[in-house]
Amino acid sequence: MTRLARTIPATLGGLALAAAATLAGAAGYPEKTVNYIIPFGPGGESDVSARLQEPVFKKLTGQSLAIQYKPGAGGAAGWAQLNSIAGDGYTVMGSNLPHIVLQPLQKDVGYKTDDITTVFWFHFTPDALLVTADSPFKTLKDFIEAAKKAPGSITLSGSGTNSSNHLAQQQFDKMAGIKTTYVPFGGTGPSNTALLGKQVGGSFGYSTIQMMLGAQVRCLAVAMEARHPKLPDCPTFKEQGYNLVGGAYRGVAVPKSTPPDVQAKLADILAKVNADPEFIRKMEEGGFAMINVGPAQMPGFMAEIKARYEALAKEMGIVKQ
Amino acid sequence: MGSLEYLLAALTPLNLLLALAGVVAGTVIGALPGLTATMAVAVLVPFTFAMEPAAALIALGAIYTGAIYGGAYAAILLNTPGTPSSIATTFDGYPMARGGRGDLALTLACLSSVIGGLVGAGFLLLLAPPMATVALKFGPVEYFWLAVFGLTLIASLGEGSTVKGLIGGCVGLLLSMVGVAEVGGDVRYVGEFKALLGGVDVVSALIGLYCVPVLIELVASPGQHLDATGRVASFRLREASTLMGRAKFNLARSSVIGTIVGILPGAGGSIASLVAYSEAKRVSPRRAQFGHGEPEGVMATESANNATVGGGFIPTLVLGIPGTPPDAIILGALLVQGIRTGPTLFTEQAPVVYTFIWGLILATVIMLPVGLLIGRFAFKSIVAIPKAVLVPAVALLTVLGSFAVHNNPHEVQQMVVLGVAAWVLGRLGFSASPIVLGLILGSIAERGFVQGHLIGGARGSVVAEFLGRPISIAIIAFILLGLLWPWWVKRRQARQGQQGATTNE
Repeated sequence: MTRLARTIPATLGGLALAAAATLAGAAGYPEKTVNYIIPFGPGGESDVSARLQEPVFKKLTGQSLAIQYKPGAGGAAGWAQLNSIAGDGYTVMGSNLPHIVLQPLQKDVGYKTDDITTVFWFHFTPDALLVTADSPFKTLKDFIEAAKKAPGSITLSGSGTNSSNHLAQQQFDKMAGIKTTYVPFGGTGPSNTALLGKQVGGSFGYSTIQMMLGAQVRCLAVAMEARHPKLPDCPTFKEQGYNLVGGAYRGVAVPKSTPPDVQAKLADILAKVNADPEFIRKMEEGGFAMINVGPAQMPGFMAEIKARYEALAKEMGIVKQ
Repeated sequence: MGSLEYLLAALTPLNLLLALAGVVAGTVIGALPGLTATMAVAVLVPFTFAMEPAAALIALGAIYTGAIYGGAYAAILLNTPGTPSSIATTFDGYPMARGGRGDLALTLACLSSVIGGLVGAGFLLLLAPPMATVALKFGPVEYFWLAVFGLTLIASLGEGSTVKGLIGGCVGLLLSMVGVAEVGGDVRYVGEFKALLGGVDVVSALIGLYCVPVLIELVASPGQHLDATGRVASFRLREASTLMGRAKFNLARSSVIGTIVGILPGAGGSIASLVAYSEAKRVSPRRAQFGHGEPEGVMATESANNATVGGGFIPTLVLGIPGTPPDAIILGALLVQGIRTGPTLFTEQAPVVYTFIWGLILATVIMLPVGLLIGRFAFKSIVAIPKAVLVPAVALLTVLGSFAVHNNPHEVQQMVVLGVAAWVLGRLGFSASPIVLGLILGSIAERGFVQGHLIGGARGSVVAEFLGRPISIAIIAFILLGLLWPWWVKRRQARQGQQGATTNE
C-alpha cells in the first residue's frame, strides 16, 4: 500500500488517482479486447447496434470490441451459457427485453430472468406492423378488415418465438378482435426476406426495418406514444385507437461472477458510448430510440418491466403451468 | 454501363494492395481448420472503419473470397474442410492426395476457384438487380426441399455401404435437433447437460468428425502422411489445364449453381458445392470414379463455392438481405459506413458499388498466382513435415479452431467427443460426410418444414403449399432424378453386363 501510495502520485495525474480510488481493481479495465457475444445471427438490430458501438468503444478505451455470434432459440442458446463464461469482464453478451423475461416464463430454457446480469440498457426499438410497398393493405384499417373476413389466413413473419414481435402480434390480435398467424424466423434478416419475398402477408417487426428496407415496405402502424421523428408517415397504433406501445430493449449483460467494480466500469463506458453525438445521430437515423439505464436505475427498471411482461404473458396464456 | 471508369478507380495502388493482402490473409485463415470465412471477415471488419467505403469493401471481399478458396487446402491435404464450404471438396480431393496427386488437386482447386469467382462476380456486375429476385422467390418450403435434395446426396456419396450412409445421415439429423429449437423454442435432447442448449456447433463438429479420425490414424499407422514417392511437387499446370478444358461444361454449370445458391439467403457455400458435386457426378460418364479421386469432383465443388461469393453479394447489395453469413457482417459494416443498401444503391452509390465489384474481380484474379504459390508451399510442407510435428501441430489447431468458434470450451469438448465417436464409427464403416450433411441440412429442413406448415395452414392447404409451388416442383423433380438415376444407370449396365463384362460396383 505504501509503495502504491508513492508510485501513483509520481506517475499519474490527479484525475487518474481519483478514478483509481473509486474503481480499485477495475482501474485498468479494459486492458485487452473485450468479446461481445450477440446471441443472434449477424445482420439484425443487435448486430448493427453493436457494430456502431464498436468504434466509439475503441475511441474511448483504446481496446477493441470483438463482436461474435451465438444464435439460436431467439437468444436463449446464448443466455443459457452466459454464467458459465469466465466473469473477468472480457466476455460480455447482448441482453434483450422482453426476451429474457418471456422465455423463462414459458418453459425451462436453461436460465432464469434473474440469472442475466444486465449492466446497461442503451436503446429500444418500437414494434411496427409492416407490409410490402405493393401490398393491398394501404392502412391498418384495410389490414383489420381483411383479417376479419378470413380469420387466421394472414401470415405475419417476425423474429423468434415469444419475442417482442410475437408478443406485439398476440396483443394486437386481441385488441383488434382478429386472428393472424405468426411465423417465427431466426432473426430480423430471414424475417425481412420472407416479407420482401411475399412468403408472408406482412411482418410484425420494428421501426428500424422501415429504415433498413426503405421504399420496399410500408409501415401500417408503430407501437409508440407519438410518431417517430424520422418516420413521420408511419402512424402510431394509439392514434388509430389501439393502445399498443412497446418494443425491444437492448443492453449488455455480464456473467454473474464478474466483480461489481468491473460491472460498474463497463456500465460507465457504455453510458459514455451512448452519449457520443455521432453515435446518437447514427442510431436515430437507423430508427432506434435511445435510453440510458445504468446500475443505479437497474433494480427499479427491471422490477417494473418484469411486472409488466409477466402480467402480459399471463393474459396471453403463454406462461408454463 | 460505363463501368470501365470504375475499373480504373479500383486500380489504385492502395486497392490493389488491399486486395492482395486480403486474398493472402483470407487464404491462410481459410486453410486453418476451424477458422471460417465468416470469422475471417468478422476479424477484419473493425480495421475497415477507417477506410474509404470502396476500399473497405474490396478488402472484405478479398479476404472472403480468399478464405473460401483456402478451405480447400485442409480438405485436400488433411481430409478436413477448412470452412464448411469445402466439405464436398474432401470427397475427391483427399483421395487424390492419398493417390499422390495432391499437387494436381491443389492446382485444380485454385484454377476452379478463380473461374467460379469470376463467374459469380460477373453475374454481380451485369445482372445483379434482376437476379436478386431469385432470393425472394425462395420461401420456407423451397428451403425445405433444397435441404432434402442435399440429403439425397447421402445415398449417392459412393463410399461404403448406402445403408450405413443413411444411418449416418440420421445420426446427423438427430444431432441437428439437439438444443433449443429455433422455431418454437422447445428444448430437445439436452438432459442434464445445459451446455448442449446451444446445440451442436457445425464448425466444431466439422473439425471433430473429419480431423480427429485422420489424426488418430496418422498416429496409429506407420509411414508418411501423404506419399509423395520422391517426386518433386510442381504446379502440374499443363495437366490441370487439359483437365479443365475437358470439364468446361462442368465448370460452367457448377459456377452458375454456385452463383444461384449464393443468392439464396440461408443456403450458402456448403450447399452450393454439394449441389454442384451431385450434379457433376450425375451427368459424368466417369460417375463411378467420384469419391475415389475424380478431378471433376474437385473442380465442381471449388468453382461452385467461390461463385457463391459474387452471388451472395447480389441480394446483399440490391435488397439489403445478406446472401451468406459473411455477407451479413459486410452488410453491418456498410451500415456503419453510412451506406444504405437497396434498389437505389446501384444508381445513387454507383461509384462505390462498381469500384467494389471490379475490386472483387481483381482480387479473384490475384488469387491465381497467390493461390498457386501458397498451395505449393502448403503441399510441400504437409508432405515434408515429419509426422511427429504434423500431428501435434494439427491437433493444436483443432483445439484452437473449435474454441475460437464462440470462445467457449464446450465446443472443444464437443469436438473431441464427436471426433472419437467418428473414429470408432469409421472403423465400423460409417463415414463422416453423411453425419455432417445431416447436421447442416437437418436444421434448414426443419425450419423450412415448420414455417411452411404454418404458412400452408394459414393459406388453407399444407399439401398445396409443399407440393404446388413451381420452384418446389422443380426441386422435387431434381430429387427424384437424383434418386432414380443411379438405379437406372445400374439397370442399364446390368443389361449390358449380360452381354459383355463391365466392372463397377
